[in-house]
Amino acid sequence: MSEKVLLVDDEKDFVGALAERMQNRGMDVSTSTSAKDALKKVEGESYDAIILDLMMPEMDGLEALAEIKKKKPELQVILLTGQATVEKGIEAMKIGAMDFVEKPADLKVLTEKIKKAQAQRMLLVEKKTEEKIKNILLTGGW
Amino acid sequence: MSFKLNIIGETGLQFFGKMSASNFHEINNVLAIINENAGLLEDFGLMIKDGSPVEPERLLAVSEKIIKQVQRANTIVKTINRFSHSVDKSVKRIDLGETLAFMAELSARIAERRGVTLKPELPATQVKITTSPFFLENLVWLCLDFAMNVTGVGKTVRLAVKQTENGALVKFTRLEAFAELQDDTFPAEQENALLGSLGAKLTADPDGGEIIITLPESIAEAA
Repeated sequence: MSEKVLLVDDEKDFVGALAERMQNRGMDVSTSTSAKDALKKVEGESYDAIILDLMMPEMDGLEALAEIKKKKPELQVILLTGQATVEKGIEAMKIGAMDFVEKPADLKVLTEKIKKAQAQRMLLVEKKTEEKIKNILLTGGW
Repeated sequence: MSFKLNIIGETGLQFFGKMSASNFHEINNVLAIINENAGLLEDFGLMIKDGSPVEPERLLAVSEKIIKQVQRANTIVKTINRFSHSVDKSVKRIDLGETLAFMAELSARIAERRGVTLKPELPATQVKITTSPFFLENLVWLCLDFAMNVTGVGKTVRLAVKQTENGALVKFTRLEAFAELQDDTFPAEQENALLGSLGAKLTADPDGGEIIITLPESIAEAA
């Protein structure tokens, strides 16, 4: 099953080229060049992984990450950064980031992390569905 | 071992570190774009090898993007290089308008992240003074940092230079939210230390939304 990915970075030429390379490898990729646009997309669509740049104008990656997690906690976010400081890393993990990838990104490494994100998300969705069914059965809501 | 940096030394190191980190981060972004576009060219090569047709226009478009990013990196490297040479001479004759334009370029990435536009307005004729280039750049940065925080809804800070009878002045204008600021912590210890070293004066006008630095024609005469 092809991985559905949302790629978010304010550098248009970066997003365009990386998205094309990921599509060449069979992924279903959408792009955003601002965190605000990405948040709108997240509301309307579901993704296996969101690749999110840490440093963006207006709303940075950490703020966007917190918003995404508030809206859809099951979404798996991989942060893309040129400044992977320990402090930022700890902060991001606390908010709920799945992983980090340093720029310039190694596509093989990124692809592996996306596959891991997809598996993790499927597990969370399955667990959520199971809980829902259990709840229906217990409350006799059927 | 214990040591204590003086306020100018400490402020200077922080300034140097902040500007370097910001501009190196920008280079890293450029390298990331080059990396992805080079990877895309590699993909096209593999496609052609496998017999899949790739339009020449697509190859040309990618190579154009790489060339554009190399030029962008070159500009950033020149900016960092010039900044590094600011400490070569403690006192130098400088073109003030050009220095302000350079500071706007050096701070561009930080300004962009804060959603602020820096607009240096160069004078028609050169305004030259003899001063400490690094201390002046540091003071301009501290003023810019403050100005970006109080720029208001317009999100544009204008920088202007004017010749005066005994030297020159630098103006930071359109600081619309300056008057709403409750505390009066600007200029602080750091700015005052640099003003003293440059023989300069700072006038803050919150109601008028501007900051003015008055600089002597020569730092030696002011001492």
